Amino acid sequence: MELAVENNGPSLKDESRELKIRLRRSQRRQKMKALLLVAPLFLFTLIVFITPIALMMVRSVESPEVQNAFPETSKALMQWQATELPSVDIYALMVQEIRQSWADKTLSQAAQRINYEDPGFRSLLTRTARQLSRGSAPKTAAEAKALLIKTNAQWGELPTWQVIKNTAPAYTSYYLLTSLDLQKNAQGDIVAAPEDQGIYVNIFLRTLWIAFVVTMICLVLGFPLAHLLANAPSKYANLLMIGVLLPFWTSLLVRTSAWVVVLQKNGLINGLLESIGLINEPLILLFNRPGVYIGLVHILLPFMVLSLYSVMKSIPGTYMRAALSLGAHPVVAFFKVYVPQTLPGVAAGFLLCFIMSIGYYITPALIGSPQDQMISYFIAYYTNNVINWGMASALGAILLLASTLLFVLYARLSNRNQIKMG
Amino acid sequence: MAFQPYHTKTDRLAHYLYWGVGLGVLLFLILPILVVIPLSFSSDSFLSYPMPGWSLRWYEEVLTSEQWTSALKNSLLIGSAATLLATILGTLAAIGLNYADFKGKNLMLSLMISPMVVPLVISALGLYFFFAEMGLNASFLGLVLAHAILGAPFVLITVNATLQGFDRNLMRAASSLGANPWISFWKVVLPLILPGVISGGLFAFATSFDEVVVALFVAGPEQRTLPRQMFDGIRENITPAILAVSTLLTLFALALLSTLEWLRRRNERLQGR
Repeated sequence: MELAVENNGPSLKDESRELKIRLRRSQRRQKMKALLLVAPLFLFTLIVFITPIALMMVRSVESPEVQNAFPETSKALMQWQATELPSVDIYALMVQEIRQSWADKTLSQAAQRINYEDPGFRSLLTRTARQLSRGSAPKTAAEAKALLIKTNAQWGELPTWQVIKNTAPAYTSYYLLTSLDLQKNAQGDIVAAPEDQGIYVNIFLRTLWIAFVVTMICLVLGFPLAHLLANAPSKYANLLMIGVLLPFWTSLLVRTSAWVVVLQKNGLINGLLESIGLINEPLILLFNRPGVYIGLVHILLPFMVLSLYSVMKSIPGTYMRAALSLGAHPVVAFFKVYVPQTLPGVAAGFLLCFIMSIGYYITPALIGSPQDQMISYFIAYYTNNVINWGMASALGAILLLASTLLFVLYARLSNRNQIKMG
Repeated sequence: MAFQPYHTKTDRLAHYLYWGVGLGVLLFLILPILVVIPLSFSSDSFLSYPMPGWSLRWYEEVLTSEQWTSALKNSLLIGSAATLLATILGTLAAIGLNYADFKGKNLMLSLMISPMVVPLVISALGLYFFFAEMGLNASFLGLVLAHAILGAPFVLITVNATLQGFDRNLMRAASSLGANPWISFWKVVLPLILPGVISGGLFAFATSFDEVVVALFVAGPEQRTLPRQMFDGIRENITPAILAVSTLLTLFALALLSTLEWLRRRNERLQGR
């Protein structure tokens, strides 16, 4: 061997360089292979998930309706100073495009869009359009102005035109501002919305409050159970674990329907309490806040227990024994020695439950009253009941932002590679 | 635990309290699910105890009703297709992530698990807009794609976890013995990570089988799934028929849980942990 090295002395360097190049080439090939394997899911996620979410974000600031219906008028109005009535040319354009969009059926969407900012505008536009389409087209611009003002005197007022000008740009902050109970005044400054219109901040606060209460209850109930699971003799622990995992795996509709049967007016709890004579009137346990708390806690508790359990399982018992043998009272030892060691699990469980509850829809929708609905309900409402996609998207964008921030915090706290399920 | 003479009364009380609270919470979790099961065998439509008598009429109603059976069929069909897609894509991606290091790996991983994290309502809303442009709302393909994207992160994470304990030397051994990469994947890698793949697939199937929010947004009447049917049932008028379906679904959950537990044990045994 030694001999061979000596013989090949001069070419050793070359050989090692050659080897390095080959190594690098094979590593590059491996990287390519790895990328090829990851690519299908990555592209699938990009197309079927990231694109839709981006689409939703865009929808929260998009406002194409007015431009679609009145392209030329919009362009002209964006140049207009909005200090006095627009020129007769703009009136002429408006008359022409109202007639056109009425025929094309694009008018109603624009009317709906302007109506968000100025209630009553839809009926103004539709009535005007109906009247204009009956008569013949005006011949001169001045005639058009007179005709428009004749159909409704509002067309001779400045605010009418200002509203159209405000809704004409292709992008708007209206939906996002409304989601935060804000609006732009005539000068373009951002001010608080009138009190009777400002409902969303309250809904966000309610969502956060319900999530907080649910998470706290989960923590208080989950801590003793997780401790029991982590410290019980293994022959019991496995059986107890099934008690946590079975609800975890059971369909949440099954669990929600169970709670309806248990809690409803002539349900199991009221029946039990009445039969033992504790109450005369049935208790109202459903379609109110306590009902929502019970339902949500039942669904999220397993997540809390499992988060706490995974940390508690790894805490050695020696620290507690040491504290006790040094004379600490068991209660003191528990709070000063044991609890601090569980904090990573507490933080992870807390955030997990909180993130999951702020986005919850099914359970509050089925067992809550209108006063218990969380933000998700309103997103669904704006999408499926009243078709206001801009509002649904804006509320969704804010919820997404909140969840993402919380999740980044969660990932920091519980090293991402350790996320486990069940 | 046996008490020793040195245990004081307080110690014993504390011990009983400790078990009492823990078991109490456990009962809160499990009792509501169990207590409604007998009601599904009631001979009457009242949802309270004592029951007038036993019968299987509600099961008969569910299993013969067109609505429930077609909902079940839809759920199974959509669930299987979505699971197949999610399992293949998720498994390949997990193998790729463990095969070599490359730039942007963490970002890609975060994006690929994001469907698990984003609130369902937001995913549903985005998919609704997206499918509206593609003409996929109220179609089977749309719901399958939606459920596949929701299930894929579970497969990715589970298979990824299985691969953490995978000995790469086994693949090298296979190649040195003359197996090409294709054969070594089928004969060496797959059998070893199969428990992870199956658990991931079960997670994905359970996700689809229990998913209602996205279905509410993007499915049409033709694609009415079992959870969707239950959602409407609970909202309108809850009958023992719904509890019969609930009971069947609870049995399904129990079967799922046992399978997963068995797979987990098998995996631990095989990896000698």
